[in-house]
Amino acid sequence: MKKFKAKIHITLKPGVFDPQGKVILSALKTLGHKGAKGVRTGKYFEIELEAEDKSSAKQEVEQICHDLLANPVIEDYSHRVSEV
Amino acid sequence: MEIKVTPELVAQHGLTPEEYERIKEILGREPNFTELGIFSVMWSEHCSYKSSLPWLKSLPREGENLLAKAGEENAGAVEIGDGWVVVFKMESHNHPSAVEPYQGAATGVGGIMRDIFAMGARPIASLNSLRFGNLESPQTRYLFDGVVRGIADYGNCFGVPNVGGEVYFEDTYQENPLVNVMALGVAKRGYLASALAKGPGNPVFIVGSSTGRDGIHGATFASEELNEKSQARRPSVQIGDPFMEKLLLEACLEAIRGGHIVGIQDMGAAGITCSTSEMAAKGGCGMKIDLDKVPRREEGMIPYELMLSESQERMLLVVERGYEEEVKAIFKKWELNCEVIGQVVEEGWLKVREGGEVVASIPPHSLVVGEGAPVYKRKEKKPKYLDRVGKRLKGRFPPPADFNQALLKLLSSPTISSKEWVYRQYDTMVRTNTLLPPGSDAAVIRIKKLNKGLALTADGNGRYCYLDPRMGGRIAVAEAARNLICSGAKPLAVTDCLNFGNPEDPEVFWTFARCVEGIGEACRAMQTPVTGGNVSFYNQSPQGSVYPTPVIGMVGLIDDLDKVTTQWFKEKGDLILLLGENRGELGGSEYLRVIYGMVGGGCPVLDLDYELRVQALCRWGIAQGLVKSAHDLSEGGLAIALAEACLASPEGRVGAWVDSLDGPDEVSSLFGESQSRIIVTVEDEGWKRLKEKGDNSGVKVRVIGKVGGDKLKIGNLVDLDLGRLEDEYRFSLVRIMEGRS
Repeated sequence: MKKFKAKIHITLKPGVFDPQGKVILSALKTLGHKGAKGVRTGKYFEIELEAEDKSSAKQEVEQICHDLLANPVIEDYSHRVSEV
Repeated sequence: MEIKVTPELVAQHGLTPEEYERIKEILGREPNFTELGIFSVMWSEHCSYKSSLPWLKSLPREGENLLAKAGEENAGAVEIGDGWVVVFKMESHNHPSAVEPYQGAATGVGGIMRDIFAMGARPIASLNSLRFGNLESPQTRYLFDGVVRGIADYGNCFGVPNVGGEVYFEDTYQENPLVNVMALGVAKRGYLASALAKGPGNPVFIVGSSTGRDGIHGATFASEELNEKSQARRPSVQIGDPFMEKLLLEACLEAIRGGHIVGIQDMGAAGITCSTSEMAAKGGCGMKIDLDKVPRREEGMIPYELMLSESQERMLLVVERGYEEEVKAIFKKWELNCEVIGQVVEEGWLKVREGGEVVASIPPHSLVVGEGAPVYKRKEKKPKYLDRVGKRLKGRFPPPADFNQALLKLLSSPTISSKEWVYRQYDTMVRTNTLLPPGSDAAVIRIKKLNKGLALTADGNGRYCYLDPRMGGRIAVAEAARNLICSGAKPLAVTDCLNFGNPEDPEVFWTFARCVEGIGEACRAMQTPVTGGNVSFYNQSPQGSVYPTPVIGMVGLIDDLDKVTTQWFKEKGDLILLLGENRGELGGSEYLRVIYGMVGGGCPVLDLDYELRVQALCRWGIAQGLVKSAHDLSEGGLAIALAEACLASPEGRVGAWVDSLDGPDEVSSLFGESQSRIIVTVEDEGWKRLKEKGDNSGVKVRVIGKVGGDKLKIGNLVDLDLGRLEDEYRFSLVRIMEGRS
């Protein structure tokens, strides 16, 4: 078994309303960041796992993202898996 | 780049060839893509009530204190004295919740709240009525958890207490859960607002959130069967923002109080399209709308998308000309968008422009329910399945091996067991007017300035309606009224949410028609007019339709707050009385389903006249100060009602000893669900007066036992420690949902 680390980003699908992002944007403007034009929020995960090889690690991470970390109805995910 | 309207596109929009011909007739030409979208949503079942309208008209809609009749305004309104008005309505958000439970349920709450404050009323309470499949399935737990969190988060952030409701679990709702939410608000009569546009030249405002691509075609989506295709439709999910809605509430109420709002309507299903056309049609005028002025969240939106977007937390306002700046100042203060997007015009056309060009031009009345929208008289056929399950069970029933075990099993069934896991997620006390939070027969909210109370309940047993739609419809109304009576209230009026399968299926439509008949009969008898509500069809999955499930939301008035009554036993030594009669009915019971896995044998028979007499007797007993607790008998029958009365008190459980049963056999005595029955407790001699009154009005009244001890004993059949009962009753749902054993 080899050790891997997965770095995962979860973001809202394009077009899905992001109330949190909207509030952050208005806070930025209040703080004087006049150039701020848009904010989209998301989540970041790091997962350590053991697997036979990189492709099976990737497959497992894919499953984890789909089944648990992301809500595929409104969120997209992307991940990078590397050996440690 | 104009999208060409083809027969395929028309079909994709859910319009029939006949409907398309009618559109051409109305316009005198072919519609363009935007217009096709507009007709499609407005003529969808969800917006047009095209199948249900003829039947809804048969419901009693008149009452002495009714200010707004069903369908005329955003919600129903009933006067409760001293110029105060209570405004309430129930709506479904079934299909959105099936696809994305958290956001679906949350935006359901948001939508019903907007209906209330669009009337000028401040929302003070909400309830919900939920149906899910078998909790053993992870999918059901996911849906249940998401829906409850969605309701909780939206309501808690918005700051309106969630005070009650009901949850049932039946296999029939496995893929198509039902999420019905009810809200109630109060207003001074003079500040009620109306959903109409009038006065040519008056500006039309869009206020609140910006418009994005959310929920485009949500309305047509709600009118289609859920199948594999709805997966692909997923991105149309709307996301709610309760903090934004709170701002919108305060701004709208302030603007309405300012006195220069001609009309206001919530943007729910079909967004700008629905609000502009309905308000214009109601005022008998037209409107011109300039889409360039609509604040947007996304770039590149086409007129079709702008007109149909269901972005949440938006309202359409018609303002008296000359007061634009005043209104803008209010919305600016609350940091909300407030843009003039058009004007009321004399001639009866809705003209929509973008970039100077007319992109849609339609007579508004041709779009709206009760006017130009199509109405169908659907075919009815008595369903075949009724031959199998509708016949009433007769005779004596064999006892279970062990009554104690049967009772414990029933108590732990998710439909019966305590819903604490649900309502402990809700803020039930915010605004500090909740006299009775969830856990008794009905919730009670105080109207501080009036020193009166309002009792609220939502009820509907889908299984009864499946087994006998007409009787089930009656029972839903009667049980709601009984719950209010038991809480010390006088029933005032009803809002209903009718959840059914595909109305084009004659067997489904037959059950719909019979349910509405039953509801109508009972509402007439109870003198509780139907003030409005919502119909949700196409609740089905490839496995078939859900049970016909009408949910009745009922509001009652409590004149004297000292008369608020709760379901739980109070003091050792109090006598337990049973009002009403056991007819030996076991069909349709929770007992048959839980113990034998059987759904059948008809449902209990409800005699409206007898029901009224039982209710009158209970109300009299409460008014006389005789009754210390009152609890209606429903799912699980007498045994469950007794167990609940022993366990429900926030001050701690108290036992009971019951030694007199009245059914033809032991099983139906304990677990039969015969209607029109209430258990009350009284102090020593009180029973004589109730008995005498009962004898005079022809209601059976019997002393069946006594409060006291730390056990529930029923004859020589049940003998259980309260600790054991409480463990099953209170913690079964928690154990399932939180995986604790």
